[in-house]
Amino acid sequence: MSVRETVESPRAADSVASGAFEMVVGLEVHVQLLTRTKAFCRCATDFGAPPNTNVCPVCLGLPGALPVLNEHVVDLALRAAIALDCEIHPVSIFARKNYFYPDLPKGYQISQYDRPLATAGRLTTDATGETAASTVRITRVHIEEDAGKSVHDRFAGVSAIDLNRAGVPLIEIVSEPDIRSAAAAGAYLRALKQLLEYLEVSDVNMEEGSLRVDANVSARPVGASTLGTKTELKNLNSFSAVERALDAEFARQCALLGAGQRVMQQTLLWDAGSAAVRPARSKEESHDYRYFPDPDLPPLLVDRARIKRVRNDLPELPAARKARYRETFGLGAYDADVLTAERSLGSYFEEVARAHRDSKTAANWVMGEVRAALNARRLEIDRFPVRPADVAELLDLVASGTLSGTAAKRVFALMAETGDRASQIAAREGLAQVRDDAALREWIEQVIAEHEPEATRCARGERKLLGVLVGFVMKKSKGRADPKRVNQLLAERLGV
Amino acid sequence: MTETGFGSHSPEGTVAEIRASVTAGRRSPRDIVDHSFARAAQVRAGADGLNAILWSDIAVAHNEAAALEPRLNGPDAPLLAGVPIVVKDNIATVGSPTTCGSRILAGYHSPFEATAVSRLRDAGAIAVGKTNLDEFAMGSSTEFSAFGRTKHPLDPRLVPGGSSGGSAAAVAAGITPAALGSETGGSVRQPAAFCGIVGVKPTYGRVSRYGLVAFASSLDQIGVFGAHVDDAAAVLQAIAGRDGLDATSSDAPVPDYGEYPPTLRGLVIGKPREYFPHQLDPRIADLCERALDRCRELGAAVREVSLPHTELAIPVYYIVAPAEASSNLARFDGVRYGLRVTDHGLRGMYEATRSSGFGPEVTRRILLGTYVLSAGYYDAYYAKAMRARTLIATDFDEVFRSGVDVLFTPTTPTTAFAAGSRTDPYQMYLSDIFTVTANLAGIPALSLPIGRIDGLPVGGQLLAPHFAEQRLLGVARLLEHSLGAEAHR
Repeated sequence: MSVRETVESPRAADSVASGAFEMVVGLEVHVQLLTRTKAFCRCATDFGAPPNTNVCPVCLGLPGALPVLNEHVVDLALRAAIALDCEIHPVSIFARKNYFYPDLPKGYQISQYDRPLATAGRLTTDATGETAASTVRITRVHIEEDAGKSVHDRFAGVSAIDLNRAGVPLIEIVSEPDIRSAAAAGAYLRALKQLLEYLEVSDVNMEEGSLRVDANVSARPVGASTLGTKTELKNLNSFSAVERALDAEFARQCALLGAGQRVMQQTLLWDAGSAAVRPARSKEESHDYRYFPDPDLPPLLVDRARIKRVRNDLPELPAARKARYRETFGLGAYDADVLTAERSLGSYFEEVARAHRDSKTAANWVMGEVRAALNARRLEIDRFPVRPADVAELLDLVASGTLSGTAAKRVFALMAETGDRASQIAAREGLAQVRDDAALREWIEQVIAEHEPEATRCARGERKLLGVLVGFVMKKSKGRADPKRVNQLLAERLGV
Repeated sequence: MTETGFGSHSPEGTVAEIRASVTAGRRSPRDIVDHSFARAAQVRAGADGLNAILWSDIAVAHNEAAALEPRLNGPDAPLLAGVPIVVKDNIATVGSPTTCGSRILAGYHSPFEATAVSRLRDAGAIAVGKTNLDEFAMGSSTEFSAFGRTKHPLDPRLVPGGSSGGSAAAVAAGITPAALGSETGGSVRQPAAFCGIVGVKPTYGRVSRYGLVAFASSLDQIGVFGAHVDDAAAVLQAIAGRDGLDATSSDAPVPDYGEYPPTLRGLVIGKPREYFPHQLDPRIADLCERALDRCRELGAAVREVSLPHTELAIPVYYIVAPAEASSNLARFDGVRYGLRVTDHGLRGMYEATRSSGFGPEVTRRILLGTYVLSAGYYDAYYAKAMRARTLIATDFDEVFRSGVDVLFTPTTPTTAFAAGSRTDPYQMYLSDIFTVTANLAGIPALSLPIGRIDGLPVGGQLLAPHFAEQRLLGVARLLEHSLGAEAHR
C-alpha cells in the first residue's frame, strides 16, 4: 500500500477570500460514439456483455492483426464537429499514443494528435437562473479508441482485465479555457450533452461511461489577462461532481495564491466521499506518449461532398425544436425549454400531443405527472412502461368527461405501476365518472335527506348553498359523479 | 557440393512443373510433400543442421495434401496446386507456431492466419514448414534468432543473410521451390543474393500485411523467394491484391505476372552511380557489368543515372524502422499471451518479461526507437528522417519520370560473410545499403543470381516504379534465361 499523498494546502489563517481571483476552466469531454461495432474492428460495442466476449485479434492486439477504420465513426464524429461549428479538415491523421498499461492491448492507443479531424468550433449555452448566456470556443474534436477496463476489486490479490471496451470509438471534445465558474461549466456540459443526444452521436450516459469529463482549472487575479498555472481534475463522475470539484480546487488554488505560494501543475483526482482533491500518482501523469503517425492507417480524407451529406442529414437541434414547439404546439418559452432539455422527453411529448391534440394539456402532463413518475422511479424515459399513446388515451378520457382530473391522476399512478391501459384501470377501479341521471338522482335524494336545512334554504333562494350540496354529492360518489350534471340536476330538483 | 531435389537442378522441381505433374495425375500432392521432407532430412534443414526450419510436421502436411486432392480434378486446378511452400515464422499460420524467432513468443499459436498464407492455401499450395529468422526480422544474417542461427547451405560457417535466412536457405537447399519471407530493409533480397536464388520485394501495399507480425509498419512487406523468377512470380500472383483487413493494401489491379515481352527492345535501364561506388568489390562490379551487357544484347539501353539522396538511406532507415518497432513491439508485455516473467508488481513484470524475452538486437532497436520518438527529440530525428525519406522517394520518381524503366544495381556490397564476423551493429547495418532505399520509397525490387565469386552467389538488383512488378519480373526472366548456367558460376 503506498503512502497516501495529499495536496499542499495553506493553513486556514493564510487563506484569503477567493473574490480577488477569477476561475478559468477548460473542459475535455470524451464521448463514446453510438456505433454498432468498434472503431477499428467489427466487434460489437454493446455495454454489459460478459467480460472479454466482444473481442477479436485486432482489439486484443494479437501479433499481425491490423486496424481498419469503421467509416460510421467518421460520420458520427463529423456530425458532432459540424453541429459544434468546427472547421473540418480535409486531411486528418491517426497517431499512436504510446504507453504501457494492462488494459491497453497494443501498448498504444490510436488517437489523433497534431492533425485532428476538426478545430475552432463553438458551443453557445442559454441563460439559466444562475448563468448568463455564453459562447465557449471549442479547440478541437478528434477521433480515438477507448482502452479496456481494469477491475481491481473483483478478485483477491489480482487485477482483472476486460477488453470489451478496448477499441470502442470515442470523440474527444476539448474546449478553450473560456469557462469562468463552476455553474458555467455545468451549463456548458448540459448544453453539450443535450446537443450530442439530439445528434444521436452518443447515448451520453455518464454512469455507463459513455460521457467522461476532465477539467483543467486555474486561478488568476481578477482583471489579469495571462493564465495561471493549471491543474487537471479527473475522476469526475457526474456534472455535479464537476461543479463541486471545480469550486473546491479553485478555493484551494486561491488560498495558495493568496498566501503567496505557487500552484503546482499536476493531475488531481476528485474524491467525492471526502469532497477533496488528491494528487494522482506521479506515474499516472508523467507520461511521454511519443506520439507519431500510425503507419497502419492512411490519412483520413474527408471531402466536401461528405461534409455536405452529413450536414444535410443533421437531425433537428435543440434551438430549432424549441422554436417549433412554440409555433406548432403554442407552448410558452418555459414549457418549450423544459420539453426540449432532453431529446427523448420532447419526442415523448410530441407523440402524446399528436395523439391527443390538446398540446397544452399534453405538455402539462408530460412536464408534471410523467416527469415526476420518472424521477420517483429513477427511470430513463425509454424504459418507462407508460407509452405516449397510453397517456394520450388517458387525456382523451378526461377530455370526454369519462374521468375527472382527480381520478385521472390516480389512474396514471396505477398505469405507471402496472403498465396497464387507462381504460382498463378506470373500469377495474370503478373510477370512471358517473353520468347516469338515475344514479346521480339517487345520491342527490340521499344528500337532500341528510342535509335538509341547507336544501330548504337553497330552495328558498340561498343559491350559494348549491355548491355546498354539489360537494356533498361528489363526496358521496367518492369523486366519480360528473359535477356539471350534478349541478344541473340538483338545481332542477330544488327549483332554483 | 551437389545440388539435387527442388531448385535449379531438379527434373520436376519448379512451381509450374509441380503443378503440371500434380494436375495431370502423374504425382500426388502427398508424393510432393514426401519429396520435400526427404530433401529436408537429406540436407539436415532442422536444428541439428542448417537450422533453416523451426517447425514442420509431416502428418499435418499429409493432411493438407489429402484435403487438396478433390480440388485437382477439372480444368480449373488452382495456380499452385500441390506446390510445397515454407513460411517465415513472423507470418501467422494456423496449426503451427508463430514465434518470430523470439523467446517472447516461444510456443505461441496464432488463432488466425495471415491473408497471404490463406491465399496460398486457396491457390493449392501446401505449407510444409515455418522458417528461421532474425528475431522479429531485425537483422541481416539470421544470427539473431532465439532458436539459433541459420547456416548457409553452401558453407555452414557462413550466414545465409537475413532476416529471412531460413526461407532463403530452404529454397536454396531445394526443400521447396518457393517461400514467403518479409522485407523491411532488404530481408528478402539480401538473403536471396547470398543464397543464389530469386527474391522479390513487392510494392508497399501490393501484398496484405494482415498476419505479418509488424516490425516497421510503413516499410514492412511480405516478399517471395523462388528458385527461379517464374517460381517467385507464381507465388506473388497468388498473394497480391487488395485485402479489406489491411488498410494500407492497394486496390490497384493485379496484372498477369506470367506475361512478359520477348525482348528488352526499347527498355531503358538506369545504372545509378551511387550504387557503384569506387570502393565496391570490382568482382561484383564486373558481374553487374556482365548482366548489363546481356540486357544490352536483349535490346535494352543502359543509361547512367543519379539518385543523389542515397547516402541518407541507412541513417533514415535506422531512425524510422526502430521508431515504429518500439511502438509495434509494445504489445509483447506478458499480459495477454507469450512469455510472462513475474516480478515485483506490474512494472516488475513488464521489465522482467521484456528483458528476458527480447534478444540484444531487438532491445537495441526498441531503445533507439523510444529515444528518437521522445519529447524534445522527435523533430530532430523522426520528423527530419521522414522528410529525408521523402527526398529518397522523390529521387526514384524523378529518375523513372525521366524515361528510365527499371534500375539495375548490385543487391549487396559483399557475398555471404562468416557467422560472428560482424559484431559491430553498424557494420551489419551496412549490408542493407543497396536494399533499404526500395523500402523507404515503397517501390518494388527484385534480386536474382548473376554469378559467383569464390563459389559464393552474387545478386543483381532490379528496381521499378510502384506497381510495376510485371515489368520487373519480365526483365528478370529474360536476364535469367540469357545468363543461364552462368548465373550460378
